[in-house]
Amino acid sequence: MSTVGYVVAAWLFVIGAYGIASSRHLVHLCLCLAVVQASTYVLLAVIGYRPDAPAPILIGIKPDAQTVDPVVQALMLTDIVVEATVLALLLSLIVQIDRRTGSVDPDEVDLMRG
Amino acid sequence: MKHPWRTAAFALGAAGLAGLYLAACAGIPTANERPSRYGQLVNRLALAQRHVTDVVTAVNFDFRGFDTIGEEYILFVSVMGALVLLREAYQKTERDDEEDARTPRREAGPSEAVQLWTLSMTGPTIIFGLYVVGHGQLSPGGGFQGGVILATAPLLIYLADEFKTFKRVISYRLVEVAEAVGAGGYVLIGFLSWFDGEPFLTNLFPLGQTGTMTSGGMLALINLAVGLEVAAGFIVLLHAFMQSSLHDPKSKEKS
Amino acid sequence: MDLAPLPVTVPLLMAAVLVGAAPLLSRRMLDALACLTAACNLAVCTLLILQTAAAPRVYWFGSWRPVGRFPIGISFVIDPMGAGLAALVSLLMLAALVVSWAYFESVKSLYHAIMLVFLAAMCGLCLTGDLFNLFVWFELMSAAGVTLSGYKVDETGPLQGALNFAVMNTLGAYLSLTGVALVYAKTGALNFAQVGVALAADTSHDVLLPIAFLFLISGFLVKAAAFPFHFWLADAHAAAPTPVCILFSGVMVELGVYAVARLYWAVFAPALVALDTPLQGLLLAIGTLTALVGAVACFGQRHLKRLLAFSTISHVGLMIIGCGLLTPHALAGSGLYVVGHGMVKASLFICAGILLNRFESVDEFELQGAGRQIPAVGLLMALGAFGLTSLPPLANFFGESLIDQSARRLGFEWISIVFMLAGLLTAGAVLRVTGRIFLGWGHEHEATSRGSCKVALKREMHSPSRKPPLTMVLPALLLLVAAGVVVPAADLGRRMLGEAHAFQDTRGYWQRVLQEGPPPPQKAAEPVGPSARDIGRQAGVALAALAVALLALFPRALGNPAARIGGAILVGIFKPIRLMHSGRIGDYVAWFVLGIASYGLILALA
Repeated sequence: MSTVGYVVAAWLFVIGAYGIASSRHLVHLCLCLAVVQASTYVLLAVIGYRPDAPAPILIGIKPDAQTVDPVVQALMLTDIVVEATVLALLLSLIVQIDRRTGSVDPDEVDLMRG
Repeated sequence: MKHPWRTAAFALGAAGLAGLYLAACAGIPTANERPSRYGQLVNRLALAQRHVTDVVTAVNFDFRGFDTIGEEYILFVSVMGALVLLREAYQKTERDDEEDARTPRREAGPSEAVQLWTLSMTGPTIIFGLYVVGHGQLSPGGGFQGGVILATAPLLIYLADEFKTFKRVISYRLVEVAEAVGAGGYVLIGFLSWFDGEPFLTNLFPLGQTGTMTSGGMLALINLAVGLEVAAGFIVLLHAFMQSSLHDPKSKEKS
Repeated sequence: MDLAPLPVTVPLLMAAVLVGAAPLLSRRMLDALACLTAACNLAVCTLLILQTAAAPRVYWFGSWRPVGRFPIGISFVIDPMGAGLAALVSLLMLAALVVSWAYFESVKSLYHAIMLVFLAAMCGLCLTGDLFNLFVWFELMSAAGVTLSGYKVDETGPLQGALNFAVMNTLGAYLSLTGVALVYAKTGALNFAQVGVALAADTSHDVLLPIAFLFLISGFLVKAAAFPFHFWLADAHAAAPTPVCILFSGVMVELGVYAVARLYWAVFAPALVALDTPLQGLLLAIGTLTALVGAVACFGQRHLKRLLAFSTISHVGLMIIGCGLLTPHALAGSGLYVVGHGMVKASLFICAGILLNRFESVDEFELQGAGRQIPAVGLLMALGAFGLTSLPPLANFFGESLIDQSARRLGFEWISIVFMLAGLLTAGAVLRVTGRIFLGWGHEHEATSRGSCKVALKREMHSPSRKPPLTMVLPALLLLVAAGVVVPAADLGRRMLGEAHAFQDTRGYWQRVLQEGPPPPQKAAEPVGPSARDIGRQAGVALAALAVALLALFPRALGNPAARIGGAILVGIFKPIRLMHSGRIGDYVAWFVLGIASYGLILALA
């Protein structure tokens, strides 16, 4: 069960990175970055899992019972907020790049050669 | 293939990276044997010492509350960043507002079905958002989740009519101040215990009864501050993006 | 009332206040409040250095002390190295904010607010003792940095630089987070000390450990602009505003190196002890590659800010070498080097900023001879250039001599050569530029010759004047003076060595955090003395840099055939380097993946 999760996480990271490397549209590049981030969610979720354990909401379960790891879920929450905000910044950059150069092809915006 | 060297280098590297990733994952203990001490400690203490039943919120805003300050400020800085990067739109605000008020709507508005649905959902969205923010320490939810839900309420109004109405409904200046209050408020709440001689962000308020909205002491207050900041932040962000794309000189024909 | 949380929380609070009260605050008040906050941070960090000189302090946020020796809250572990780096950050932020006085229009209060958040994040990174907290401050630093580097949206250069910065740093950060997740899965903890204890006690010896370590440090290596992850730094620097460049080159990049060192010595050192030699070799290789590629690329630049950015990359490579030697002497040397280089580089960037504002250009050929009107700035720049060769009494001289002594003791004589090459190429480049701009030397090139960065820059000041503003000249001068004075005045060499010993005392760190007992006895630091040989060597490097600069300016001095052959060789070296730095994000990502895979395989298979 966990093995599938790890393979999915590794695959998402690599395919997202491939998307960034081969992208021809900046918005597509942003979304591929989101795919790379998704790999961290999957990895964290798989790591937090405990078999036959309820969610860490302590209503109706004994306080000493084993639950799914709450710390990992807290980390994922932070991770999601970080991703959303990084994407917002990147998209603002892209809007301005489009306005200035009229293009959103990453390979065409190459003032920094050399 | 547009960049053969790049693709070849990437393929080689990616194969290596995937191999390393999976080899590392092979070393992770199986689900039954993974160390759970942190989770168990936190479960026990969240209920006993903070009267809180949603342990994830307790971890986020109490045990590891300092992390969440950083996370909240990442949102704050990103909203500021979007404002800085989209700033021509930002700076033209007053001039365009007047022009806006004068020009009539150019195309036909949304259909009545859309208007009915979005307008009728605005109220429940706000209530639901406040509910999620307020009950963060009881059930899944909290400041971040509820804040995002609250931020969609003005968006529904935009969908019902047009950007002019969105701008009329939100008082931009108030929302900006609300965001700063939310962000600074969290830090100030942390300072309360600091002035008292305790370490920063210690939970000093009365803890209330488990299962009620006032449980968790300072946690409830922090939830509200974060909810305020996230909602305000996202509204500012939406405003900035819409202002920038809808007033784009290239797309004057859009409304 | 404990000072520990203040370096992070006060700037954050002030940033929120500046945004909320923006209409009430005039530009002068914004400047004053921001500078005051940075100055307060500097004072607090200095006090923290003094408070923790005897023993590191552990500060548990939210009063969540360890339960049964298991940490459940977030801690700051403050020792003089971390507090000292935070103090350097605050000092350079203060300089950047002072330089900003004469600067561009601020969008309401946003510039100042974002700078303060940047300050808070960098201080947080220096002081933290928790893995995820480290990640959070790292991300906050990146978000603020991206915004600041793309600040001048009127031009396309900054936007592209910011985009490359954002994508590369984010990719690295996600890989670091993967490392955190792997470590958490293995040990169930996030506190440095707890993770270290658990990893050292783990006997399974599987390959997760070195791979997780590499993933963890990969984000910080990207931030530190190590090879082959350095491409974004030059792009981000080329068009960022001058105050922001001061911070990037002066401290932000160095924080990446600090994080790698801290992670190694607070968490992984005992667990990775079997991999000592391959790890040392890997870090030395990374450092050397970074230093040499940076130095060569630096020499081939004509865009002054980009040239300085490559010189930063080169010098950070030297700092990585210092950490990679894994000895206390070399680590102390790296620390001194960070201090000296940070101040010298900041001063050089201020000079570049002065040129930009006076002449609206930082292109070496466009500015030829123009600087004759402001000779004082030329003098500052020349001094700064010699500073890059680590002349005494600058802090980086003491740093370099320590690293050199350590390298020789371990049998790595070739490291001296790397240092000398990096020093003479980077200093030579800056001297060449100084000679061309301020003395008009060298034959005229067309302003639009091929093969270099075409980023055009506009005026950054809102009230340009004939004389360089005092708010820029004075910080540049003071920073250079400070770099020369800090080691003798504060006995910094001996103290840094003592702190390096403590920094590398992993078990002492664990005991301090988890058992909170008395500190283990500190090893007495041997007196530090650079030899006459060191002084002689650095003088030689300085002269060689001058010679290289003069040769570059007057290639015909050696006779035409020699000049032509020399030119052909140089083009042969520079062209592939220039092709490598394509400015395309796709290439950077390919380099990133290839680099991580190579380094990871070296560690995993060793």
